[in-house]
Amino acid sequence: MDLSARFNVQHSGRLDGQPLLFVHGYGCDQNMWRHVVPHFVDDHHVVLYDQMGAGASDTSAYDPERYGSLRGYAQDLLDICASLGLEDVIVVGHSVSAMIAVLADLAEPGRIAAHVMVAPSPRYVDDPPYVGGFSESDIAEMLEAVDSNYLGWSSAIAPVIVGNPDRPELGEELAASFCRADPEIARRFARVTFLSDNRVELARVRTRTLVLQCQQDVIAPMQVGRYVHSVVPGSELVVLDAFGHCPQLSAPEETVTAIKGFLTPVNA
Amino acid sequence: MSRLRSVPTPGVPRSSASEVSELMGKDAPCGYLTIAVSGRITAVNDTLLAWTGHARAELVGQLRLLDLLTAGGKIYYETHFAPALQMHGSLHEIALDMVCSDGSRLPVLLNAVLVRDVPTQSAEIRIAVFDATERRAYERELLSAKLRAEQAEERARALARTLQATLIPPTPPVIDGLEVAAVYLPHGAGEEVGGDFYDVFQLDERTWLVALGDVCGTGVEAAVVTALVRHTLRAVTMSSETLSEALTALNEVMLRHESDRFCTVVLVRLRRTGDTWHATICQGGHPLTLHRDAQGEVSFVGEPGSLTGALPEVDFTDVEMLLEPGAKLVLYTDGVTEARQGTELFGDDRLLQTVASLGPSPRLVVDGLVGRVVEFAGGTAEDDIAVVCIGISEPHDH
Repeated sequence: MDLSARFNVQHSGRLDGQPLLFVHGYGCDQNMWRHVVPHFVDDHHVVLYDQMGAGASDTSAYDPERYGSLRGYAQDLLDICASLGLEDVIVVGHSVSAMIAVLADLAEPGRIAAHVMVAPSPRYVDDPPYVGGFSESDIAEMLEAVDSNYLGWSSAIAPVIVGNPDRPELGEELAASFCRADPEIARRFARVTFLSDNRVELARVRTRTLVLQCQQDVIAPMQVGRYVHSVVPGSELVVLDAFGHCPQLSAPEETVTAIKGFLTPVNA
Repeated sequence: MSRLRSVPTPGVPRSSASEVSELMGKDAPCGYLTIAVSGRITAVNDTLLAWTGHARAELVGQLRLLDLLTAGGKIYYETHFAPALQMHGSLHEIALDMVCSDGSRLPVLLNAVLVRDVPTQSAEIRIAVFDATERRAYERELLSAKLRAEQAEERARALARTLQATLIPPTPPVIDGLEVAAVYLPHGAGEEVGGDFYDVFQLDERTWLVALGDVCGTGVEAAVVTALVRHTLRAVTMSSETLSEALTALNEVMLRHESDRFCTVVLVRLRRTGDTWHATICQGGHPLTLHRDAQGEVSFVGEPGSLTGALPEVDFTDVEMLLEPGAKLVLYTDGVTEARQGTELFGDDRLLQTVASLGPSPRLVVDGLVGRVVEFAGGTAEDDIAVVCIGISEPHDH
């Protein structure tokens, strides 16, 4: 099976434009980006995909060893870029995928021209004086809950989603697939994500970087956004007036404006 | 549950005051709260307060729904609940744990609806909360049952692997002047013990015995019979003058064994004289052995003989032949010839052609043959496949 089918790769925009690769984080799939993508198709070659185990990815290709660390996911990103011949890629990575893009950047310098890190966190667990937002016992409790309450989580991870008359653009097909993940893979991805520590790798980034931080975000709190900004030389930090961890959904206009503001000098 | 119907659906204006007050009162059959898009709690009913032990004043306008969840729940809320609700406007049966005022946990199921008020550009999220304590306990029982089943399955798999390992020598022995290569491929995912076996052992200083067979059926009972056959063969080939005698003795042993399983088997005794080897081949109802001479000509050798362990009257024939340097014998189980592509079998003709085209080393013959068979069968073998190839080394090889 080719990579495009394996990761449900979707293209839009100008094929001769600079590639803009949107990478969703733990929990959902590429539909996370549907409110922001239309704003970039005039100038960019927009590429989306579903992480292994999420959305419409081919879970038969899941290899526990490969995906036992974020490096496996980073390799996927590079493999997809290579198979599509994408150069000078601007990666918009949400949450853990901002770190996946960092690992990809270090593994193959030059492929990625710029990072847009949406609500990034290099480490979720506190490590004084570093503040990650969660204590070790919080994360242990979460992972234990994921392990022991497997059925609860699997039904939670695949919630029964009903159509919304307010949003007729959401087709039945999307309603059926959004946020639907293979529970076993999602369980392992949670472990890999929330136990990760990529602070050392983050500090080695020399690529242009924009950090988008939400006003109130329990998963990637303000201190974490400031930390990311402080360790990536020359990075820009934009604090969005957005609640929660997914500004691309809760504040798409602000998110688009911030990304456009960052990209304009790249294209100039 | 009928009260739930009064929860407004998206786009519908507020319900009547009486319906709302019923939902907010202490007699409501479910917990209920509303939150602003920021997550802050704007209203909560008496039922939920009673369940969690929180006071209304602590919650309304003060805390977010998020603050009432466990750490795991917070992460779940932000990574799944909030985005899905933003995208779809409503969610059903979300499993979370709420933290009560005394620190205890209340397992709940949430139904949520995002209600947008277009003229005022405002929105609120209305959430019905169901106590899921018993359901969660039941799920935990299911989960531990599933875990036990998985462990039992893993133990069975480990047992199958161990058993199989006792039936198949890990690598054939190194014999001066002979090259022996073998492949054993279990059917399907290899989780069940098959009945195929082979063995290579020394009878005396100059004499070796190669055995290959197939006990009917699979699973533990077949494995028990396979072990019996394999060990009996080691004993009876030591004490018998001819291979026919050995197979007759094996037949006796199998008939007296409580199992009614039978087997097919082929024995090859090899005795060295200088650079050539003298082979004796005896078949017990097994697919005929292939002989490939030094020039590459391939033919079937041996006499079919009786099935072993099925009937008291048996008939076996020892067939003698000389093997020159470069010659090979190929022993195989019916998993080779009976491999299927649709209704078509791999068959004898394809087997002859394949063995003629492969080589020169026994290793290449067995690997090549098994590769072709699996390819023919579309990638997976439906039956076990065992192949052993014995090659007489060229004089300069040793």
